[in-house]
Amino acid sequence: MSVAADLWMRVHDLFETYGRLLDEDQLEAWVELFAEDCRYEIVSRENRDQQLPLSLMLCDNKDMLRDRIYSLREANIFNIHSDCHVIGLVRATLAPHAPITATAAYSLFQSTQEGVSRLFSVGRYFMELAVEGADLHITRQIVVVDTGAIPTLLATPI
Amino acid sequence: MTAAVLAGQGGAAYVFPEADCSRIPYGVYRDAEVYALEQQRLFRGPVWNYLALEAEIPNPGDFRVVAVGDTPVIVDRAKDGSVHAMVNRCAHRGSIVQRALHGNCKVHTCCYHQWSFDLTGRLVGVPFQKGLNGAGGLPPEFDKACHGLEALRVASLNGMIFGTFSDETEPLEDFLGPLFTQQVERLFAKPIRILGYQRQRIFGNWKLYTDNLRDPNHGGLLHMFQITFGIARLNGKGGARMDAQGKHNLSWAAQGGRTADEAEPPKDASYGDTGRGDMKIKLRDPSMLRYFKEFPDDLTLAISSLFPGAALQQIGNTLAVRQIRTCSADEFEIVSTYFGYQDDDEAMMRHRLRKANLAGPAGLVSMEDGEAVELVHRAIIGDADRHSVVEFGGRGPIKDQENLISDVPMRGFWMHYCRLMGVTPGMAA
Repeated sequence: MSVAADLWMRVHDLFETYGRLLDEDQLEAWVELFAEDCRYEIVSRENRDQQLPLSLMLCDNKDMLRDRIYSLREANIFNIHSDCHVIGLVRATLAPHAPITATAAYSLFQSTQEGVSRLFSVGRYFMELAVEGADLHITRQIVVVDTGAIPTLLATPI
Repeated sequence: MTAAVLAGQGGAAYVFPEADCSRIPYGVYRDAEVYALEQQRLFRGPVWNYLALEAEIPNPGDFRVVAVGDTPVIVDRAKDGSVHAMVNRCAHRGSIVQRALHGNCKVHTCCYHQWSFDLTGRLVGVPFQKGLNGAGGLPPEFDKACHGLEALRVASLNGMIFGTFSDETEPLEDFLGPLFTQQVERLFAKPIRILGYQRQRIFGNWKLYTDNLRDPNHGGLLHMFQITFGIARLNGKGGARMDAQGKHNLSWAAQGGRTADEAEPPKDASYGDTGRGDMKIKLRDPSMLRYFKEFPDDLTLAISSLFPGAALQQIGNTLAVRQIRTCSADEFEIVSTYFGYQDDDEAMMRHRLRKANLAGPAGLVSMEDGEAVELVHRAIIGDADRHSVVEFGGRGPIKDQENLISDVPMRGFWMHYCRLMGVTPGMAA
């Protein structure tokens, strides 16, 4: 397999891992998909289209991301639910000497303890990745949510 | 005119058994008929509803579509610079006229039959008004002047635009009272810059949210981020102040947060055995918790809840205005407009955007409110004539509170609610 094909496979694999770790409530392991120097942001399409800088969630370093998860575990109270991410086909751009970029649409369903499911969010991932030794890490993940009117509340990451 | 009970659907009659509104009947949170009456008597009654900020419509022709209760409303700026508000519903067949959420236009044109309205809401264009070759069209006596968009009276205070449907509404500054006039002037003392919007849809009754805004007591018990990471505590300095009628409420706190380097404070015994109040946990990056003093006073938290459905928010350096848009008895939307100041430097702007993590639907301090409202809404369905208990901070007259362990402002809201809805609390008991 060529280097490019190998990297392409790894990018796809990362998207699968990303969604699965969130769905399995392995949030701490999900954080480790990110590089130390990273940005994770959830922004509404409404704000992005108007070039307004406000996010719904903004972690501009990995410690903030760790704090977010820590707070969810220790402090926050939110609707008890399970997540199901359905991530669409990934388009990855691999060019020499440029960051790897990848984008995919997602649907996120939430289910209650009683097994009632609802569509919680749809939107698109805009990801930048960096190869660090043997690992591929997320340096930037912008989640643009079409579902900008957040149903109930937004606790667990998208 | 006032009654002993509030009439609901299917002959239901809701009783406020205590004259001080220390008991709220569950039914008023779930009843569709009560909801319909609220639209008339509250949102279209003698109140000033917050509509939008002038900074959102700086130029002639700029508009935004907002809502008063569940009524869609256009707010725009006319050619002469004046601000207008009108119901976004065509005078012809009742269609939504302005379909875009925001933009700039010369006239608002209804797509259905192309009736167009100028920026003050006057009907200016009706295609084929006189028909074709003497056939069809509107009757000759049809008077365009009688078919404009329904206008609201507007008033603006430091760029914060309010609207009212009622001719009887007192002047805006009288409605707000001195304290809340000052709170508006405090947040809008200099030109602002819009940072963006957040929307949250909550599947519960809108009054459970206005209750929540007037219940400082829950802040240090439900929102554990503040306690866990030592930002604010119930036994810290804070309180609640109201206007003369008790309908608006300022929940305030003046407390420094704990920095990551400070020694761990001792366990707070007032939290008892709830497991809360340990304060042992630290954030790895507490920088967003910092407060850069930017007001002449020492308030670090100031939430002004304006009757019926708006709030001004200062959480540290995170500033926003919230508008409650009702959808039904069982659903509402909170639309928050975040802003900074035009003279913010880049570091301050970045700080505001990072600190916005604390507020809104994903807010580290505020996300619980969505859950709390829905928990109540779900649980009260079967027992319309049972009651919420509102006694923290004491009963009787509505008075300002110099502590946070109080829900007296909730009673203030309900006393005014009863006044406008035409029911006398305690009368039927």
